Amino acid sequence: MKHAKAWGRLPGVGEARQRPWGDRHAALPTEAGPRIAHGLGRSYGDVALNPGGELLMTRGLDRFIHFDRAQGVLRAEAGVSLDEVLALVMPAGWFVAVTPGSRYVSLGGCVANDVHGKNHARAGSFGHHVRAFELLRSDGSRQVCRPGDADGRFEATVGGLGLTGLITWVEIQLIPIRRPWMAVVQRRFASLDAYWDLDESLAAHHDYTVAWVDCLRGGRGLYSAADFAGHDAPQAEPGPGRRRVPLEPPISLVNGLSVSAFNLAYYHLPRPAFSLQPALKYFYPLDGLADWNRIYGRRGFYQYQCVLPRPAMKEASRALFDRIGRAGSGSFLAVFKTFGERPPAGLLSFPRAGATLALDFPNQGAASHRLFAELDAVVREAGGALYPAKDARMSADMFRAGYPALDAFRAHVDPAFSSGFWRRVADEAPSFPQPA
Amino acid sequence: MNRILIFGATSAIAAAAARLWVARGARVHLVGRSPAKLEALQQDLQVRAGGGAAAISARSADLDRLADLPALLDEAWAALGGGVDVVLIAQGTLPDQAACEASLDETLAQLHTNGVAVVALCTLLAQRLAPGSALAVITSVAGDRGRQSNYVYGAAKGLVSRFLQGLRNRLAPRDIAVVDIRPGFVDTPMTASIAKKGALWAQPTAVARGIVAAVDRRDDIVYLPAIWRLIMAIITSIPEKIFKKLKL
Repeated sequence: MKHAKAWGRLPGVGEARQRPWGDRHAALPTEAGPRIAHGLGRSYGDVALNPGGELLMTRGLDRFIHFDRAQGVLRAEAGVSLDEVLALVMPAGWFVAVTPGSRYVSLGGCVANDVHGKNHARAGSFGHHVRAFELLRSDGSRQVCRPGDADGRFEATVGGLGLTGLITWVEIQLIPIRRPWMAVVQRRFASLDAYWDLDESLAAHHDYTVAWVDCLRGGRGLYSAADFAGHDAPQAEPGPGRRRVPLEPPISLVNGLSVSAFNLAYYHLPRPAFSLQPALKYFYPLDGLADWNRIYGRRGFYQYQCVLPRPAMKEASRALFDRIGRAGSGSFLAVFKTFGERPPAGLLSFPRAGATLALDFPNQGAASHRLFAELDAVVREAGGALYPAKDARMSADMFRAGYPALDAFRAHVDPAFSSGFWRRVADEAPSFPQPA
Repeated sequence: MNRILIFGATSAIAAAAARLWVARGARVHLVGRSPAKLEALQQDLQVRAGGGAAAISARSADLDRLADLPALLDEAWAALGGGVDVVLIAQGTLPDQAACEASLDETLAQLHTNGVAVVALCTLLAQRLAPGSALAVITSVAGDRGRQSNYVYGAAKGLVSRFLQGLRNRLAPRDIAVVDIRPGFVDTPMTASIAKKGALWAQPTAVARGIVAAVDRRDDIVYLPAIWRLIMAIITSIPEKIFKKLKL
């Protein structure tokens, strides 16, 4: 049996049976669950793992169904990746309305995690651009779900972590682009206060904004704001090259020294205030390095991503940076963004008005967990939440605190579906026989 | 090389090859057994082809029914505008060897699907193909030598390979390429029940790239991935006296 791994490559998550799934018309297996869909394995923790259960390997659901080139509406099976979507739609002058930082993610995964991008303030999350999807339930029923349907199943499934049934296909609304290039403005900021000032002045004028923060040096960093370029950009896009991390080093290459050196260099690297960048390079800088998660070595890594609601976000983000800086275990990519006011698309959607911080930490066992517990306390105090797609360790309490619609969501869970994540955070006896 | 006819089109390897040909602007006619899977593939290729309504056509059929084959070919020729440049035959099943040993009916049915029906199709195609065209057939490395673990499948594939050898010899003067494609282990729904998958297992998209390239080059026999040529050279060179004692 192959061992399905999540992107964080944390050891000891346990095995699950893997069932290839490539026919959208097929009925779900009749044997008892628990099962969960597993697409491209880009979730960091255990939302798409199922120790002792079954994984429906949905990469075989890789067919397009319909593409309206005039209106920018695409319907495709749930295992189709954003990479495949973009290869089809970009030459026709379209782009996905919302994209996460990797394009090697499946459409079904984008819905189930209600992923967000650098344009949340303008565009909301992925679920806001989903027109419809088909949900296959273990009772054999098939249902086409649309936003606002009376039974609420659409809102339960968007951000529903694959627990409401199997998504077989997804129909999304694309956005028009003129050229596959981005016009990017970059500014250094010396402190968090300077970040808020920059955010206030730049976010209003640009579609995409994001910042990289050096947690080891008090929250200075780089702010970038971007928009799709107009007709003055080049017509052709250079194909992005791909390199690969060739092997897994025995120990993490990410440590206090390398992070400190990297962050110092990243901050001081000469950067033009304005530049044109190929869209794929702008949106997916890490996709150029295949298997980059291997640099964390055998023990894998955690990502810690939280959202801090608007009233408390400035104070709470300062507190988080203080604690991370004091712990001295900084992160290569401390990504900081401000989310907009748009109401969430799903019951368990992660994005909400406020600021979000995402950090990678090599797995250092108890030391990592001590730091996370400190960070959790800050996030809870601020009324914030952790992101399930990135999580591998939050407590049931923490989940409940961050997701007040949890009880409304429970009613929509398919009894044959579950995941390692769900059994950990949903403090309720699972409704299926537990494997020994 | 713009008009492509594919039998067994919904197989993972054939579907991946169809995508590559469509990406190059080919017109494709698909023949497959399951109407639902065929429709899903046709939609996919239609989207990739850019929505030109004429580009992708399809017909569901049970290729075991030999009497239906002439009409299927008539329809395919008409759908592709009266001529065909490339035919890919990818139909097939993976027999349960133990079930074949226990049942003569099962053995004959498997030989029919994987051997006789393919030979029948090739015979009829040879009557129609025009100079310059190519007939590509997916056989298997299993056809190179009978082994106790799957000799019914191997015998059917071996029949096809030997038939193609003669056909190639006959059609060469008319400049019709006969391409015998011999994949090794491929990770597809057909082999999903085989649990242990190691370094020798290839992905269908990689095999499909090999097929499209082999058809472009008008190869005679191609092993995919190429390492199988060496592996099978070794396996076929083992003396029978020794081979019969091996558990292969």
